[in-house]
Amino acid sequence: MIKSKGRFGVHGGQYIPETLMNAVIELESAYNFYKNDPAFNKELETLFNEYAGRPSLLYYAEKMTKDLGGAKIYLKREDLNHTGAHKINNVLGQALLAKKMGKTRLIAETGAGQHGVATATAAALMGMECVVFMGEEDTKRQALNVYKMRLLGAEVVPVKSGTATLKDAVSEAMREWTSRISDTHYCLGSVMGPHPFPTIVRDFQAVISKEIKEQMLKKEGRLPDAVLACVGGGSNAIGSFYHFINDKEVRLIGCEAAGRGIDTFETAATINTGRLGIFHGMKSYFCQDKYGQIAPVYSISAGLDYPGVGPEHAYLYDIGRAEYVAITDDEAVNAFEYLSKTEGIIPAIESAHALAYAMKTAPQMDEEKIIVVTLSGRGDKDCAAIARYRGEDIYE
Amino acid sequence: MSNIARAFENGKAFIPFITCGDPDLETTAEIVKAMSENGADLIELGIPFSDPTAEGPVIQEANIRALAGGVTTDKIFEFVRKLRNEVKTPMVFMTYANVVFSYGSEKFISTCADIGIDGLILPDIPLEERGEFAPICKKYGLDLIPLVAPTSADRIAMIAKESDGFTYVVSSLGVTGVRSEITTDIGAMVRIIRENTRKPCAVGFGISTPQQARDMAQCADGVIVGSAIVKLAAQFGKDAAKPIGEYVRSMKQAIADL
Repeated sequence: MIKSKGRFGVHGGQYIPETLMNAVIELESAYNFYKNDPAFNKELETLFNEYAGRPSLLYYAEKMTKDLGGAKIYLKREDLNHTGAHKINNVLGQALLAKKMGKTRLIAETGAGQHGVATATAAALMGMECVVFMGEEDTKRQALNVYKMRLLGAEVVPVKSGTATLKDAVSEAMREWTSRISDTHYCLGSVMGPHPFPTIVRDFQAVISKEIKEQMLKKEGRLPDAVLACVGGGSNAIGSFYHFINDKEVRLIGCEAAGRGIDTFETAATINTGRLGIFHGMKSYFCQDKYGQIAPVYSISAGLDYPGVGPEHAYLYDIGRAEYVAITDDEAVNAFEYLSKTEGIIPAIESAHALAYAMKTAPQMDEEKIIVVTLSGRGDKDCAAIARYRGEDIYE
Repeated sequence: MSNIARAFENGKAFIPFITCGDPDLETTAEIVKAMSENGADLIELGIPFSDPTAEGPVIQEANIRALAGGVTTDKIFEFVRKLRNEVKTPMVFMTYANVVFSYGSEKFISTCADIGIDGLILPDIPLEERGEFAPICKKYGLDLIPLVAPTSADRIAMIAKESDGFTYVVSSLGVTGVRSEITTDIGAMVRIIRENTRKPCAVGFGISTPQQARDMAQCADGVIVGSAIVKLAAQFGKDAAKPIGEYVRSMKQAIADL
């Protein structure tokens, strides 16, 4: 009997239709070759530095630190990347890999639209065809990103099935991939899905923690005491954690979307409320009912509005290496407004979940402690929705 | 000999599919009886899943209708237990890994054996993950039916070697659903399967007309039809048993003399 691959403890694996198996096997072998290929890595580094604007800044948030009165707070500015979020790191890596594999077409799922815009951007740059699947609900909530994707030359397919949000967009992208494999690469946007995606996406996002480590050693001469990042599927979080996993003294804290609260059904806090299951190609924690039907989840943040979490996070939770806390809509919106007013930085509502936890925890820590919060994206896309949340009737 | 092997003894096998609880279990019971009376050799019962990633729109919608009607795994188990008093045709469940896993894989599979289910089809369990379920199925005497796809290439032989019950040959790329044309070289896939196992094989995905069934049955041991039947269930609702029975008879007739 063939052995299961891509496990993180009990999590991970390849729970996909047979039709896709040779495609993921081909992807794995191509990735195993190119990840050690100096020419590929040089090309990717050039794209990171000359196109995406890396390395991103590690910014000392002095005003916020003084105002909160506790640990010193640094912000890892992934919001300053081209296209405004960490998503571009993974997309440039996968698009380059797909191109080397001879693929001419990229397909992707998107929730808020950040991964869709990043994929459409890479496709434009590399001269590839691009189709993005987006829940119909989300196409209405994020009309500007739909326009951007079209402007970049991508086709956007509104997904009407199920709850018409991110999980349905993933399902539809997987269905599309089973019908057209030979010229098409599925550019998955997070550290989820069947092996090798959780590993590939993590490796491309790990540049975040590699830079944090170098920058922190240069600025402070030591490692931080804690690294905080928001977790939906978990790509910016695993990217922020990865190079610290073996540094046991560094606390790793993932911040999930509690929505209206983890004691309500309107939540997307998978690790805090979910249980072990099998979905979208992986074994991990999922929000689901007693019979394994996947739950409709809710968060103000479309990017965290997903019923599962990447298998490596599930494993880091199991072994106690990372902590996962839940942040409500209210707390995230407060943090969104707080950072804007205090530091002049408008964060993505996703990233505001990590900031909200920093605001709770920093004042309880000594002044000589240091925490890093990854600002996974910028918040321009969220302004209209937050204004409406506060009762102001504006539309973009 | 397993019940599933027996299903292939009556000429080419016709294998219809229906989603349990669409629109309710009383109707499903009538449909299954009609299938059995009209020549179905093996019946595939779908346990609905909220997010069926291998299905096209027709079966997706059936899943939604069934779940909206309140059907659950436990209700389906009770339904099959009762139905087994009247219907002797071999039956298998088709569902997704999470439905089995979240129920407790051993509890799910032992209950299947107890109520008279003969096998299990899990479209999101490829060969690589088979080891999680196959030993439990073996322990309780259920056949875990593997799938091969047009993209399987060198994997077909490996999959066929591990086959239990029969091998499910996926006719086309993509998801389930009616197709006007099937272009895959099914004959070539079946030849490799037969070189590697003595268990039968049946073709599914995209088959709806008697002519397509006949074409497919020429090269395999049976044909599986899902979406075309689920379409009738959607169209006729609680009155679907009669038209589905007639459809099953016409399909079985089309392949009976092969």
